[in-house]
Amino acid sequence: MSDIVIRAENLSKLYRIGSRESYKTLRDVLTDAIYAPLRWFRKSNSGLQTPNSNFIWALKDVSFEVNHGEVVGIIGRNGAGKSTLLKILSRITEPTAGYARIYGRVGSLLEVGTGFHPDLTGRENIYLNGSIIGMKKAEIDRKFNDIVTFAEIEKFIDTQVKHYSSGMYVRLAFAVAAHLEPEILLVDEVLAVGDAAFQKKCIGKMGDVAKEGRTVVFVSHNMVSVSSLCNRVILLKGGQIIEDSKPSIAIERYLRESFADQTVDIRVRQDRIGLGKVRFTKVRLLNNSGEQINSIGMGESLTVEAEFEVNSELTNPVFGVLIDNMFGETVLRGYSRESSSFVPDVCGSGKITCTFPKIPLMHGVYGISLWVSILRECVDFVRNTTKLVIEPADVYKTGVRPEKDGGGLCFTDHLWRFDYLSNRLK
Amino acid sequence: MNSNFQAINVEGDRMGEQEKGIVTLIHPSRGWVSLKLSELWEYRELLYFLTWRDIKVRYKQTAIGAAWAIIQPLFTMVVFSIFFGQLAKIPSDGIPYPIFAYCALLPWQLFVYALNESSNSLVANQGLITKVYFPRLIIPVAPVLAGLVDFCIAFLVLVGMMLFYGIVPTFAILTLPLFLILSVATALSVGLWLSALNVQYRDVRYTIPFLSQFWLFATPVAYPSSLVPEQWRALYGLNPMAGVVEGFRWALLGKTDGPGALVVVSVLVVIVLFVGGMYYFRRMEKGFADVV
Repeated sequence: MSDIVIRAENLSKLYRIGSRESYKTLRDVLTDAIYAPLRWFRKSNSGLQTPNSNFIWALKDVSFEVNHGEVVGIIGRNGAGKSTLLKILSRITEPTAGYARIYGRVGSLLEVGTGFHPDLTGRENIYLNGSIIGMKKAEIDRKFNDIVTFAEIEKFIDTQVKHYSSGMYVRLAFAVAAHLEPEILLVDEVLAVGDAAFQKKCIGKMGDVAKEGRTVVFVSHNMVSVSSLCNRVILLKGGQIIEDSKPSIAIERYLRESFADQTVDIRVRQDRIGLGKVRFTKVRLLNNSGEQINSIGMGESLTVEAEFEVNSELTNPVFGVLIDNMFGETVLRGYSRESSSFVPDVCGSGKITCTFPKIPLMHGVYGISLWVSILRECVDFVRNTTKLVIEPADVYKTGVRPEKDGGGLCFTDHLWRFDYLSNRLK
Repeated sequence: MNSNFQAINVEGDRMGEQEKGIVTLIHPSRGWVSLKLSELWEYRELLYFLTWRDIKVRYKQTAIGAAWAIIQPLFTMVVFSIFFGQLAKIPSDGIPYPIFAYCALLPWQLFVYALNESSNSLVANQGLITKVYFPRLIIPVAPVLAGLVDFCIAFLVLVGMMLFYGIVPTFAILTLPLFLILSVATALSVGLWLSALNVQYRDVRYTIPFLSQFWLFATPVAYPSSLVPEQWRALYGLNPMAGVVEGFRWALLGKTDGPGALVVVSVLVVIVLFVGGMYYFRRMEKGFADVV
C-alpha cells in the first residue's frame, strides 16, 4: 500500500470540439449571437445535431495505481487519451472530474527542448530549459558538463542554437531532459528524436533511469521501446483503459485492435521508398479457401494479393512479400527471384499473388510489407500495408495450444525423448 | 462536486501514512482559487531565468542594441519639446520643458513596454504553457521585470539632463522607488487582466496600441496635472499613471508641492486592480493550456 506513488481515481476530461473549440474573437461572439436564432431554427428542422455532439470525453473514468519503481507504458491509437492523461498527471491541464494523487517530486517531459530560444547559445539554453523543466540552478551547474558531454556538442556550446544542425539541437534538448532526476518521471514520445545511434543512447539512458528504481510513466507509439523499457503497459481506447497488464499482452491487443478487416488501399501512403515506376495500390489477405481474412491459425496457409500500377514498362521485376513482427523486424520473406522462375514483364497494371502454404510463425500480430525492385534497385517499398493476426493453434496435434507468452518467433515440428539416467532419488 | 468531496476525504486519510515528501493532489478546481503565493516563491528561479531570457533576447540581432532603450524616450522627448513645449507653449510648472517631459516619459515607456509585453506573454509562450507545469503567473511577471533594464539605461540620460539643467534633487528622491513600484504594479495589474483575456480573445492584441495611445493622452506626460482644475485633481488619480508621473516629477525634480491626494487615489486603484487581476488570472489559469 505504502508503495503507491501515483493513484488516479476516475480521471475524466471533457473537451469541446469543432470550430468553436479554441479561441474566439469578439467578432465571433457577435456573429454567433446574430446567427444563434437562425441555427436554432435549422437545428429544430433537421433534428440531427444535439448540443452534446460538440463535446468529447478525451478521458473517461480512468483509474489506476502505479507502484514505486514501476515503468508503465501507456499506449493507444491517436486520440485515445494518452497525452491528455499525461497532461493531467503533469498538471498542465485540469481534469473535469476525478482526482489523482502523486507522492514525490514529479518531472514531466512532454517535449524535449521546451522553451529553447534560437537566439540564445547552447550554454544559455541549457540553463533556461533546465529551469523550465524543473531543475534548480545549482543542480544545472553540477550537471552542466555531463549534459554537454552527453549531447556531444562541446565545441558549439557557445554558439547560438539557431546555427545548430537539427541533430545537434535535438541532442542538446534531450541531454538536458535526460538529466532531470525526479522521483517520478512522466515522458511523452520524446525518444522519437535524433538519428538511430542517438536514439539508442536515449533508450539506454531511459533504461538506467528505470533501473535506479525511479518510477516512469511513458507514453509512446514505439512498441520496441515500450516493450524493452516497461514492465507494465496500460492500453487506452476512446479515453478508457481497456487493458492493464504485461507489455506483451497489451501490445498484442493494441495491434490487434488497430486494423480493419478489409482490402487496404495503399495508393495514398506517402511513406514509401523507391523510384516510383511501380506503385502498389491494394493489398488483401486470403486463407486457403480464398476468403478474405485478417487472421489465420498458426501453421495455416496465407495468400497475399497485391495490385500495382506501372508507369513505364517493367522488365524483370522482382517482387517481395515481407512479414514483420510487431517490432518491425522482418521474420519471414518471399522474393520472387529466389523462389519463382517466372515473373512476366508487365506494363499497365497487374496483380501478384504470393502463397505461403504453411506459415511457421508463432501467434501474434504481424505486418505485411510489399517490395518490388528492378535490377536490384528498389522501385516501390511500402511497409506495414496491412496487419495479420496469427492465432494460437494446436499445431503439434497434442490438444495443447502454445502459451500466450512463451517466447520464440517461429515453430517447427520437433520430437522429444526422455531417458532415465538413474531411477533413484538423490 | 462529488469528486471534490472524495478528493478531500482521501487527502485526509493518506496524509498520515505518506510522509516521505511532496504530495501533489490533482482535482478539478471550482470557483475562486487561492493565489498559491508560496508556490510562486518556490519557482523564483524560473522567474529569474525567464526574465533573464527576455533581457538577453530583447536586443539580439539589432545593430545598435541597447541604445534603443535611450533612443525611444529621447526622440519622443525631442518631438514633445518642439511641438508641445515650443509651438503649443504648454506650461511645465516652471521646469524646463525637455526635462519635464523626459522625466514623465521614463515611467511611461516602462509602463507601455511592460503592459504590451505582459499582455501578449501568455500567447507568446504557449509552447511552455502546453508542455510544462509551473505557476502561470510567472509568465506575465517576467517581461515586466525585464522592462526595468531599459528603464535603468534610459535613466542615465535623465541624470545627464539634470546635470545639464543644474537640477539638484531633494530628499524627495528617496521616494522614487515607491513610484517605480507603483508604475510596475500598474502595468502588471493591467497586464494580468489583459494577458488572461488575450488567451480567450485575440482582440486584446489589437486593443493594446489604442489603449496605450488613449492612456497617454489621459496621463500628464506632455502637460502638467496642474492644468486639471483643483477640485478634480484627486479624481484624476483614478488613472494610476497620473499618480506615477506626478510622483516621478516630484521625486526627481523637487517641485514645491507633492502630488498628495492624487497619489493616494492612484495607489488604491492599483491595489484593487492588482488583487483583482491576480484572482482573475488564477481563475482563468486552468483553461490556458486547453484554449491558448
